[in-house]
Amino acid sequence: MLKQLTHVQVWVHDQDEALKFYTEKLGMELREDVTVPELGNFRWLSVGVPGQEDVAITLMDIPGPPVFDEETRQKIQDLLSRGASGGLFFSADNAQATYEELKSRGVDFTQEPTEQPYGIDAGFRDPSGNHFRFMQQS
Amino acid sequence: MGSTLTLVVYLPSTRHLLRAKDLIDARYREPLDIQTLARVAHLSSAHFSREFRRTFGETPHQYLLTRRLERATALLRNTDHSVADICLEVGLTSVGSFTTSFRRVYGVTPTAYRRAHPPAAARARVPTCVLQAYARPQSRSFREDSRTARG
Repeated sequence: MLKQLTHVQVWVHDQDEALKFYTEKLGMELREDVTVPELGNFRWLSVGVPGQEDVAITLMDIPGPPVFDEETRQKIQDLLSRGASGGLFFSADNAQATYEELKSRGVDFTQEPTEQPYGIDAGFRDPSGNHFRFMQQS
Repeated sequence: MGSTLTLVVYLPSTRHLLRAKDLIDARYREPLDIQTLARVAHLSSAHFSREFRRTFGETPHQYLLTRRLERATALLRNTDHSVADICLEVGLTSVGSFTTSFRRVYGVTPTAYRRAHPPAAARARVPTCVLQAYARPQSRSFREDSRTARG
Protein backbone atom coordinates (compact mmCIF):
# COMPACT_ATOMS: atom_id res chain seq x y z
CA MET A 1 0.00 0.00 0.00
CA LEU A 2 1.01 3.63 -0.19
CA LYS A 3 3.68 4.34 2.35
CA GLN A 4 4.57 7.97 2.57
CA LEU A 5 3.99 11.37 0.98
CA THR A 6 7.30 12.47 -0.53
CA HIS A 7 6.62 15.39 -2.90
CA VAL A 8 3.88 17.91 -3.42
CA GLN A 9 3.79 19.85 -6.65
CA VAL A 10 3.35 23.59 -6.97
CA TRP A 11 3.03 25.38 -10.31
CA VAL A 12 5.25 28.43 -10.61
CA HIS A 13 5.55 31.13 -13.24
CA ASP A 14 9.32 31.14 -13.18
CA GLN A 15 11.52 28.51 -11.59
CA ASP A 16 14.51 30.78 -10.96
CA GLU A 17 12.35 33.35 -9.25
CA ALA A 18 10.58 30.63 -7.27
CA LEU A 19 13.86 29.08 -6.17
CA LYS A 20 15.08 32.43 -4.86
CA PHE A 21 11.81 33.05 -3.06
CA TYR A 22 11.52 29.62 -1.45
CA THR A 23 15.15 29.49 -0.33
CA GLU A 24 16.07 33.11 0.41
CA LYS A 25 12.74 34.37 1.72
CA LEU A 26 11.06 31.27 3.12
CA GLY A 27 14.30 29.73 4.33
CA MET A 28 13.81 26.39 2.60
CA GLU A 29 16.67 24.30 1.29
CA LEU A 30 17.29 23.17 -2.26
CA ARG A 31 16.74 19.43 -2.58
CA GLU A 32 16.93 18.60 -6.28
CA ASP A 33 17.72 20.64 -9.37
CA VAL A 34 18.03 18.47 -12.43
CA THR A 35 17.57 19.54 -16.04
CA VAL A 36 16.92 16.80 -18.57
CA PRO A 37 17.93 17.75 -22.14
CA GLU A 38 16.17 14.81 -23.76
CA LEU A 39 12.91 15.96 -22.18
CA GLY A 40 13.04 19.39 -23.74
CA ASN A 41 15.12 20.71 -20.83
CA PHE A 42 12.50 19.72 -18.32
CA ARG A 43 13.75 20.89 -14.93
CA TRP A 44 12.96 18.90 -11.82
CA LEU A 45 13.35 21.44 -9.04
CA SER A 46 12.45 20.76 -5.45
CA VAL A 47 12.91 22.44 -2.10
CA GLY A 48 12.06 21.45 1.44
CA VAL A 49 11.75 22.65 5.00
CA PRO A 50 15.07 22.13 6.86
CA GLY A 51 14.68 19.30 9.30
CA GLN A 52 11.87 17.66 7.37
CA GLU A 53 13.89 15.47 5.05
CA ASP A 54 11.14 13.23 3.77
CA VAL A 55 8.79 15.77 2.18
CA ALA A 56 9.75 18.08 -0.68
CA ILE A 57 7.93 20.72 -2.66
CA THR A 58 8.42 20.41 -6.41
CA LEU A 59 8.44 23.80 -8.11
CA MET A 60 7.04 22.98 -11.50
CA ASP A 61 7.17 25.13 -14.58
CA ILE A 62 3.88 25.23 -16.47
CA PRO A 63 4.62 23.25 -19.61
CA GLY A 64 3.43 24.00 -23.10
CA PRO A 65 3.30 21.42 -25.93
CA PRO A 66 3.69 18.47 -25.98
CA VAL A 67 2.43 18.30 -22.38
CA PHE A 68 -0.27 20.92 -22.59
CA ASP A 69 -1.51 22.84 -25.57
CA GLU A 70 -0.91 26.56 -25.40
CA GLU A 71 -4.47 27.33 -24.36
CA THR A 72 -4.31 24.95 -21.41
CA ARG A 73 -0.97 26.36 -20.37
CA GLN A 74 -2.41 29.86 -20.45
CA LYS A 75 -5.41 28.78 -18.40
CA ILE A 76 -3.25 27.25 -15.68
CA GLN A 77 -1.12 30.38 -15.62
CA ASP A 78 -4.22 32.53 -15.42
CA LEU A 79 -5.79 30.55 -12.57
CA LEU A 80 -2.51 30.58 -10.70
CA SER A 81 -2.14 34.33 -10.95
CA ARG A 82 -5.75 34.83 -9.87
CA GLY A 83 -5.01 32.94 -6.69
CA ALA A 84 -7.17 29.97 -7.68
CA SER A 85 -4.48 27.36 -7.09
CA GLY A 86 -4.41 25.12 -4.08
CA GLY A 87 -2.56 25.80 -0.88
CA LEU A 88 0.05 24.32 1.41
CA PHE A 89 -0.14 24.30 5.17
CA PHE A 90 2.86 24.53 7.47
CA SER A 91 3.36 24.58 11.20
CA ALA A 92 5.44 27.10 13.15
CA ASP A 93 6.67 27.17 16.73
CA ASN A 94 5.98 30.88 16.99
CA ALA A 95 3.53 32.34 14.50
CA GLN A 96 4.15 35.97 15.38
CA ALA A 97 7.93 35.68 15.14
CA THR A 98 7.63 33.75 11.87
CA TYR A 99 5.30 36.40 10.49
CA GLU A 100 7.67 39.22 11.42
CA GLU A 101 10.69 37.45 9.99
CA LEU A 102 9.00 36.63 6.68
CA LYS A 103 7.41 40.06 6.46
CA SER A 104 10.80 41.71 6.96
CA ARG A 105 12.09 39.68 4.01
CA GLY A 106 9.32 41.04 1.80
CA VAL A 107 6.81 38.19 1.80
CA ASP A 108 3.27 39.30 0.90
CA PHE A 109 0.85 38.36 3.64
CA THR A 110 -2.85 37.79 3.05
CA GLN A 111 -3.53 37.50 6.75
CA GLU A 112 -1.64 38.58 9.84
CA PRO A 113 -1.35 36.08 12.70
CA THR A 114 -4.88 35.56 13.99
CA GLU A 115 -5.97 33.73 17.10
CA GLN A 116 -8.20 30.76 16.41
CA PRO A 117 -9.65 28.17 18.75
CA TYR A 118 -7.00 25.70 17.52
CA GLY A 119 -4.04 28.08 17.56
CA ILE A 120 -2.65 31.10 15.74
CA ASP A 121 -2.59 31.07 11.96
CA ALA A 122 -1.42 33.39 9.19
CA GLY A 123 -1.45 33.36 5.40
CA PHE A 124 0.84 34.53 2.61
CA ARG A 125 1.50 34.04 -1.11
CA ASP A 126 4.45 33.17 -3.26
CA PRO A 127 5.24 35.35 -6.31
CA SER A 128 3.19 33.10 -8.58
CA GLY A 129 0.01 33.41 -6.51
CA ASN A 130 0.10 30.14 -4.58
CA HIS A 131 -1.45 30.40 -1.14
CA PHE A 132 0.39 29.24 1.96
CA ARG A 133 -0.50 29.18 5.61
CA PHE A 134 1.26 28.41 8.79
CA MET A 135 -0.15 27.63 12.19
CA GLN A 136 1.12 27.59 15.72
CA GLN A 137 -1.00 24.97 17.37
CA SER A 138 -2.29 25.78 20.83
CA MET B 1 17.44 40.72 -0.72
CA GLY B 2 21.19 40.70 -0.69
CA SER B 3 21.46 38.66 -3.82
CA THR B 4 23.74 39.44 -6.71
CA LEU B 5 21.31 38.04 -9.23
CA THR B 6 18.48 40.31 -10.23
CA LEU B 7 15.63 38.55 -11.92
CA VAL B 8 13.21 40.27 -14.20
CA VAL B 9 10.20 38.04 -14.30
CA TYR B 10 7.12 38.52 -16.35
CA LEU B 11 4.01 38.25 -14.24
CA PRO B 12 0.50 38.22 -15.68
CA SER B 13 -1.51 41.35 -14.91
CA THR B 14 -3.93 39.19 -12.94
CA ARG B 15 -1.14 38.48 -10.44
CA HIS B 16 -0.93 42.21 -9.72
CA LEU B 17 -4.70 42.38 -9.39
CA LEU B 18 -4.53 39.49 -6.94
CA ARG B 19 -2.13 41.61 -4.90
CA ALA B 20 -4.84 44.25 -4.60
CA LYS B 21 -7.39 41.63 -3.60
CA ASP B 22 -4.98 40.28 -1.00
CA LEU B 23 -4.46 43.81 0.29
CA ILE B 24 -8.20 44.07 0.88
CA ASP B 25 -8.15 40.79 2.79
CA ALA B 26 -5.18 41.88 4.89
CA ARG B 27 -6.08 45.53 5.50
CA TYR B 28 -9.87 45.78 5.34
CA ARG B 29 -9.74 47.46 8.77
CA GLU B 30 -8.10 50.51 7.22
CA PRO B 31 -9.73 53.20 5.09
CA LEU B 32 -8.57 51.69 1.78
CA ASP B 33 -9.22 53.80 -1.27
CA ILE B 34 -9.15 52.90 -4.93
CA GLN B 35 -5.90 54.81 -5.48
CA THR B 36 -4.07 52.63 -2.95
CA LEU B 37 -5.43 49.44 -4.45
CA ALA B 38 -4.77 50.54 -8.01
CA ARG B 39 -1.16 51.35 -7.17
CA VAL B 40 -0.59 47.84 -5.84
CA ALA B 41 -2.03 46.43 -9.06
CA HIS B 42 0.16 48.70 -11.21
CA LEU B 43 -2.88 50.21 -12.89
CA SER B 44 -4.45 53.63 -13.14
CA SER B 45 -7.47 54.13 -10.91
CA ALA B 46 -9.72 54.35 -13.95
CA HIS B 47 -8.52 51.03 -15.33
CA PHE B 48 -8.24 49.27 -12.03
CA SER B 49 -11.88 48.81 -11.04
CA ARG B 50 -12.80 47.53 -14.48
CA GLU B 51 -9.91 45.08 -14.63
CA PHE B 52 -10.58 43.87 -11.11
CA ARG B 53 -14.17 43.20 -11.99
CA ARG B 54 -13.22 41.44 -15.20
CA THR B 55 -10.83 39.19 -13.30
CA PHE B 56 -12.72 38.44 -10.10
CA GLY B 57 -16.33 39.01 -11.12
CA GLU B 58 -17.06 41.90 -8.79
CA THR B 59 -15.83 45.42 -8.22
CA PRO B 60 -13.08 46.10 -5.67
CA HIS B 61 -15.58 48.05 -3.63
CA GLN B 62 -17.99 45.14 -3.54
CA TYR B 63 -15.19 42.82 -2.55
CA LEU B 64 -14.04 45.17 0.22
CA LEU B 65 -17.52 45.67 1.60
CA THR B 66 -18.38 41.97 1.56
CA ARG B 67 -15.05 41.20 3.22
CA ARG B 68 -15.90 43.73 5.94
CA LEU B 69 -19.36 42.27 6.39
CA GLU B 70 -17.97 38.76 6.56
CA ARG B 71 -15.46 39.83 9.22
CA ALA B 72 -18.27 41.58 11.07
CA THR B 73 -20.27 38.35 11.23
CA ALA B 74 -17.22 36.58 12.67
CA LEU B 75 -16.86 39.24 15.35
CA LEU B 76 -20.58 39.08 16.11
CA ARG B 77 -20.35 35.33 16.57
CA ASN B 78 -17.03 35.10 18.36
CA THR B 79 -16.75 38.24 20.50
CA ASP B 80 -18.92 40.32 22.78
CA HIS B 81 -17.89 43.60 21.13
CA SER B 82 -20.72 46.06 20.56
CA VAL B 83 -22.19 46.53 17.09
CA ALA B 84 -20.77 50.05 16.94
CA ASP B 85 -17.29 48.79 17.86
CA ILE B 86 -17.47 46.00 15.30
CA CYS B 87 -18.45 48.50 12.63
CA LEU B 88 -15.25 50.45 13.32
CA GLU B 89 -13.17 47.30 13.75
CA VAL B 90 -13.94 46.17 10.20
CA GLY B 91 -13.05 49.55 8.71
CA LEU B 92 -16.51 51.06 8.30
CA THR B 93 -17.21 54.47 9.73
CA SER B 94 -20.99 54.80 9.75
CA VAL B 95 -22.98 52.49 11.98
CA GLY B 96 -26.11 53.44 10.07
CA SER B 97 -24.84 52.33 6.68
CA PHE B 98 -23.17 49.28 8.26
CA THR B 99 -26.50 48.17 9.70
CA THR B 100 -28.26 48.90 6.42
CA SER B 101 -25.78 46.91 4.34
CA PHE B 102 -25.71 44.13 6.88
CA ARG B 103 -29.46 43.84 6.91
CA ARG B 104 -29.64 43.85 3.13
CA VAL B 105 -27.16 41.00 2.90
CA TYR B 106 -28.11 38.85 5.87
CA GLY B 107 -31.76 39.79 6.19
CA VAL B 108 -31.47 40.62 9.88
CA THR B 109 -29.84 43.28 12.01
CA PRO B 110 -26.37 42.61 13.44
CA THR B 111 -27.88 42.13 16.89
CA ALA B 112 -30.41 39.59 15.66
CA TYR B 113 -27.66 37.83 13.71
CA ARG B 114 -25.59 37.50 16.86
CA ARG B 115 -28.48 36.00 18.78
CA ALA B 116 -29.16 33.44 16.06
CA HIS B 117 -25.58 32.24 15.42
CA PRO B 118 -23.34 30.37 17.80
CA PRO B 119 -19.62 30.52 16.98
CA ALA B 120 -18.79 28.37 13.92
CA ALA B 121 -15.56 27.31 15.59
CA ALA B 122 -17.63 25.51 18.19
CA ARG B 123 -19.00 23.29 15.43
CA ALA B 124 -16.06 22.72 13.11
CA ARG B 125 -12.33 23.21 13.18
CA VAL B 126 -11.64 25.10 9.97
CA PRO B 127 -8.80 27.48 9.13
CA THR B 128 -9.42 31.20 9.01
CA CYS B 129 -8.88 31.25 5.26
CA VAL B 130 -11.72 28.80 4.76
CA LEU B 131 -14.05 30.76 7.01
CA GLN B 132 -13.16 33.98 5.20
CA ALA B 133 -13.54 32.50 1.77
CA TYR B 134 -16.82 30.69 2.34
CA ALA B 135 -18.54 33.07 4.73
CA ARG B 136 -18.14 36.15 2.56
CA PRO B 137 -21.57 37.16 1.25
CA GLN B 138 -22.17 37.09 -2.47
CA SER B 139 -21.82 40.39 -4.20
CA ARG B 140 -24.80 42.41 -5.11
CA SER B 141 -25.47 46.08 -5.51
CA PHE B 142 -24.91 48.15 -2.45
CA ARG B 143 -26.16 51.64 -2.02
CA GLU B 144 -22.59 52.55 -1.13
CA ASP B 145 -21.40 51.44 -4.57
CA SER B 146 -21.83 54.91 -5.91
CA ARG B 147 -19.33 56.23 -3.41
CA THR B 148 -15.63 55.59 -3.23
CA ALA B 149 -14.20 52.49 -1.58
CA ARG B 150 -13.72 54.46 1.60
CA GLY B 151 -15.94 52.86 4.20
